[in-house]
Amino acid sequence: MPRTKKITQDIILRILQTAKNGGEGHVPSSLSILNILEVLYAYYIKKNGDNKFILSKGHGCISLYAILEKYKFIKNINTFCKFNSNFGGHPDSNKINGIETSTGSLGHGFPFGIGLAMAKKIKNERGKIITLIGDGECNEGTIWESCLLASHHSLNNLICIVDHNKSTNRALKVDDLNKKFSSFGWQTLSIDGHNKNQIFKALKKQQKKPFAIIANTIKGKGIKFMENNPEWHHKKIDKKTIEKYILETIK
Amino acid sequence: MRKQFVKTVSNIFLKDKKCVILLGDIGVYGFKNLFKTDKKRIYNIGILEQSMISLSAGLAKAGLKPIVHTIAPFIVSRAFEQLKIDIGYNKLGAKFVSIGSSYDYAALGCTHHCPEDINLMYNIPNMQIVVPGNSYEFDLLFKQTYQNNKPSYCRLSDYENKDSFKVKFGKANFVNKKSRTTILAVGPVLNFIYPIIEMMNINLIYLTTIRPFDKNIIQNLKSRKIKNLIIVEPFYSGAILSEIVSKHNLENLRVKVFSVPFKFLSNYGSKFQHDKKIGLTSKNLINFIKKISKNNS
Repeated sequence: MPRTKKITQDIILRILQTAKNGGEGHVPSSLSILNILEVLYAYYIKKNGDNKFILSKGHGCISLYAILEKYKFIKNINTFCKFNSNFGGHPDSNKINGIETSTGSLGHGFPFGIGLAMAKKIKNERGKIITLIGDGECNEGTIWESCLLASHHSLNNLICIVDHNKSTNRALKVDDLNKKFSSFGWQTLSIDGHNKNQIFKALKKQQKKPFAIIANTIKGKGIKFMENNPEWHHKKIDKKTIEKYILETIK
Repeated sequence: MRKQFVKTVSNIFLKDKKCVILLGDIGVYGFKNLFKTDKKRIYNIGILEQSMISLSAGLAKAGLKPIVHTIAPFIVSRAFEQLKIDIGYNKLGAKFVSIGSSYDYAALGCTHHCPEDINLMYNIPNMQIVVPGNSYEFDLLFKQTYQNNKPSYCRLSDYENKDSFKVKFGKANFVNKKSRTTILAVGPVLNFIYPIIEMMNINLIYLTTIRPFDKNIIQNLKSRKIKNLIIVEPFYSGAILSEIVSKHNLENLRVKVFSVPFKFLSNYGSKFQHDKKIGLTSKNLINFIKKISKNNS
């Protein structure tokens, strides 16, 4: 279990440096899912393994890049968002090892994952399909179409983690996601999306149905001045931001 | 073409264990026997076209070969972004077959029309586009496109050409006569074109694959020093014009397009009544050819 605070802080620093180099990136949206990705890639997603992961909320990709780099799926993400880079502001399956589908436009990765999960059923293959969607992404109709499909086809090899960082509340509230997924015939569980033990246990849970893990998270988690601060949603990271973060971690 | 679609696809399904059929609650009855064979590979997936297309992309990514079928506007217009990103940009080889081309469903009104399908699909760079003229041609073309691992769109029509060509995917058919005027006819328009070709002794290029576009067409127009090209296409103009005019320098070639005008068609009735109203008729075409012949003489 990658539980030490220091490891997460190192990854956050890598995320900040990457965002600064590229002059791009949705850092707070990446940080709300970082702990989930840490657990996923430490225990569940392996190179050429049976389990597959889709980051449907593609704008959280800097965290994913940092994790993929850490686990040697990819090398050198310093080129992030440069003209010839493989690593853009949204993940590209044509360019990056370990990315199942190009996401960015919301509501695409989840139904794509339904297809992967159905393919496993058709081919009698082992393993699970794990998709991560945002709560804002739950505004998209395809999310609920996919919920119907997964339930109807009894996809007990499908996990949907919802990054419930509540950022959608400013536009369109999604309220009680447990109830919503349950009413679509899904098994559900609410967890603290920053508690790695809870994430680990949730992912290990036996499932008879498609399984929604509602991960209650904080947008910008790990950097105090960014947490739940909408100003930082797509704000450029500069040298001062990094220095401020380093100072914060020393305290 | 519907019956042939069921027949051709059923044969593929029974032979190829990678074939998966997704029906958007359309054409389900036709496949009733197939549902009894291998339920894990054929689905009446429901009325959720966007997710059906993303789902088909997931199946293709996993190495399966999905064939997706519903009414044209619901595949192409409604779910365009899913086609663009999940299929086109991801380079995944799902096969899309629509029914109800242009205003085949004339009596059902504008919501069920789709003269925009070819142009929209043309805007997805990796998308192969096929417009068979009848059942025989559908069978030939679909079997060929199914073999390749690229995304493709095949447009079925309820109105078939009486005459057939032995068509090949990616190739046009040429009927060369001693004329400097050529009609380029696309898919199911031959019934009114063929008599004109014979009567007026002019050339025909018959096109059933729009992408990849057959380079021999340009070669034919150049080498035969064609002066007048008349494109007859049963949908909005754009894709073919772009292939011919925008990409090539064809000196002294006059191009006229007979196609569906860029406007909403708000009448009902029949397909043929719409043809007449928008001018896709042999009378119009004959008058035009006479006019240009007079100008040339």
